[in-house]
Amino acid sequence: MNWVVPLPVVIPLFAAGLALALYRRPNVQRLVSVSALSLVLAASITLLVLADEGPLVVEVGDWAAPVGINLVADRLSSLMLTISAAVTLCVLLYSLAQGQQDDEESAPVSIYHPTYLVLTAGVANAFLSGDLFNIYVGFEILLAASYVLITLGGSGDRIRAGTVYIVVALLSSVLFLVAIAMIYAACGTVNLAQLALRLPEIDPGVRLVLQVMLLLAFAIKAAVFPLSAWLPDSYPTAPAPVTAVFAGLLTKVGVYAIIRTQTLLFPGGQLDDVLMWAALATMVIGILGAVAQDDIKRLLSFTLVSHIGYMVFGIALSTQAGYSASIYYVVHHITVQTALFLVVGLVERAGGSTSLTRLGGLAKAAPVLAILFFVPAMNLAGIPPLSGFLGKVGLLEAGVQQGTPLTYILVAGGVVTSLLTLYALVKAWNKAFWQTPSEVRPPVRLPFGMVAPTAALVGVGLLLTFAAGPLYGYTDRAAASLQARTPYVDAVLPDGHRGEGKSADASPDEGSHG
Amino acid sequence: MIDMSPNLVLVVTIGVLFAAGVYLLLERSLSRVLIGVILVGNGANLLFLVAGGAAGRPPIVGSGQGPMSDPLPQAMVLTAIVITLGMTAFLLALAYRSWQLNRHDEVQDDVEDRRIARLAGRDERATTDSDTEGFGESLDDEAAEARDEADRGSA
Repeated sequence: MNWVVPLPVVIPLFAAGLALALYRRPNVQRLVSVSALSLVLAASITLLVLADEGPLVVEVGDWAAPVGINLVADRLSSLMLTISAAVTLCVLLYSLAQGQQDDEESAPVSIYHPTYLVLTAGVANAFLSGDLFNIYVGFEILLAASYVLITLGGSGDRIRAGTVYIVVALLSSVLFLVAIAMIYAACGTVNLAQLALRLPEIDPGVRLVLQVMLLLAFAIKAAVFPLSAWLPDSYPTAPAPVTAVFAGLLTKVGVYAIIRTQTLLFPGGQLDDVLMWAALATMVIGILGAVAQDDIKRLLSFTLVSHIGYMVFGIALSTQAGYSASIYYVVHHITVQTALFLVVGLVERAGGSTSLTRLGGLAKAAPVLAILFFVPAMNLAGIPPLSGFLGKVGLLEAGVQQGTPLTYILVAGGVVTSLLTLYALVKAWNKAFWQTPSEVRPPVRLPFGMVAPTAALVGVGLLLTFAAGPLYGYTDRAAASLQARTPYVDAVLPDGHRGEGKSADASPDEGSHG
Repeated sequence: MIDMSPNLVLVVTIGVLFAAGVYLLLERSLSRVLIGVILVGNGANLLFLVAGGAAGRPPIVGSGQGPMSDPLPQAMVLTAIVITLGMTAFLLALAYRSWQLNRHDEVQDDVEDRRIARLAGRDERATTDSDTEGFGESLDDEAAEARDEADRGSA
């Protein structure tokens, strides 16, 4: 069943080409995109089931592992793939309905589809890649697509916001590239599995520099505090579905990369204390930003930054419980944050604004919308039965388990952040849904095509709550194999030197010099 | 054992490229930022070349005596060059669009945070609504005046 592994990358790329060629026929384009992403979802779920038995490895072009490029689907990557495929499909359906309702200006369909598909291919490539340089390529694919999406339409606002986003993203890419070059100079390989074997043998000081470089590059992408200022400036101006998919996925690709490199390449946690402080600062400063905001899109962008702190906290614990809770939190946060941004797109449509001052009375005007906002909002804040609560409890438990003074500070910070999230969201709820509106607006009928995907995503969020037991079991197993490291390494390099590709019978010492 | 001491000229060039690139990245004008990105990108590419080991070994297996030169960094540099090229083209388009709209290509500030900071500095409310201002002299007056909505019809 290894042939399933490349599908999440290959299908969207082919479909993107097809969609670009069919730019004159929007209906066929829609069909192509929807069916491509549905297939990706099916493939990802298949991988999710298969990877529970052990990592699946595909060597592209049958070139043996350390030299050739390989794709690896282990529990972590297939879980991320599945949730991202579900989210991208929902957002695509939402944007289709929006495209039909609105003019071309807000969502120029002809370029939107191919770019969106390329974006999903890039995300899948970053998740599946078993090679540091290929992760870089995955990042570049998704970033290039995101540059186009964030400046869609080319209005003054979007150009301004997009410029900040693009320059920061380019900078982080250069950092990543430099880190790869230095890693290659130090270890003579960029294959993750081989790096896992070789990095422990190099000078600890050099290793620390490499770790810091990679963390810096990924922390910019993930918007960890001192490097997060670009996010609330750039996300809110894009069209609602674009913001939703960016908020849900792009930062999480950075978080995924941090998890992968921290566990596989740099076990032992030299930088855990630094990461803890970064996590605390991200949580608290992010949420204080959210509390001050008046625009609901900006408010949500700040909560996004803030909650990245929780994931970093889990990673910084470097325990199985920490990683497991962190992965669960990533999955929860992708669905909830995307759902909230989609709802805000609907709020903007119904209320004519995203400013909390001007909005009002939506609970009466659009009760369905009120429910759709309320459920993920409470979920994000971590109200007991919902998945946000379960994720936070997992993190807090893991923190208390560790039991150092620093982790107790983090636990307290996490609780405070959770309360402040509740405050910010309740404020948004009171103003947008309960406040008497300053002007009476004609009632707007929300298109079913936009409400249904949003409701589906809210439903996925609830599903994560109901299926929390099995899901936590899965993330526990994922975290265990991440910590053990051997399943990944053994799957890629069965004999410790070479993959199983054809070039294995070439000269045996090739590729191992450095 | 392969000689891994890097070529000093290349190392100095990388340093200069990075220094100049970072300086330009800190500028406001997008076209200068663009040149900065190009310089830094090329610095990274050169770094890859240095990582690949000393020059002068044959590029193909079997042609010559010693070991061949490592082809992997060159493949990676090629990829990185192509990516930088694409990004450069996009940034150029962005700068041009910015010039079309604003007659300059400077990266503008986001004013929203500054607006909030200014309100906080003057200690003003960001919003006013029905709960903000009272209508009576004291809270007791207001309490005496307050009626349930349901009473209003009969009163």
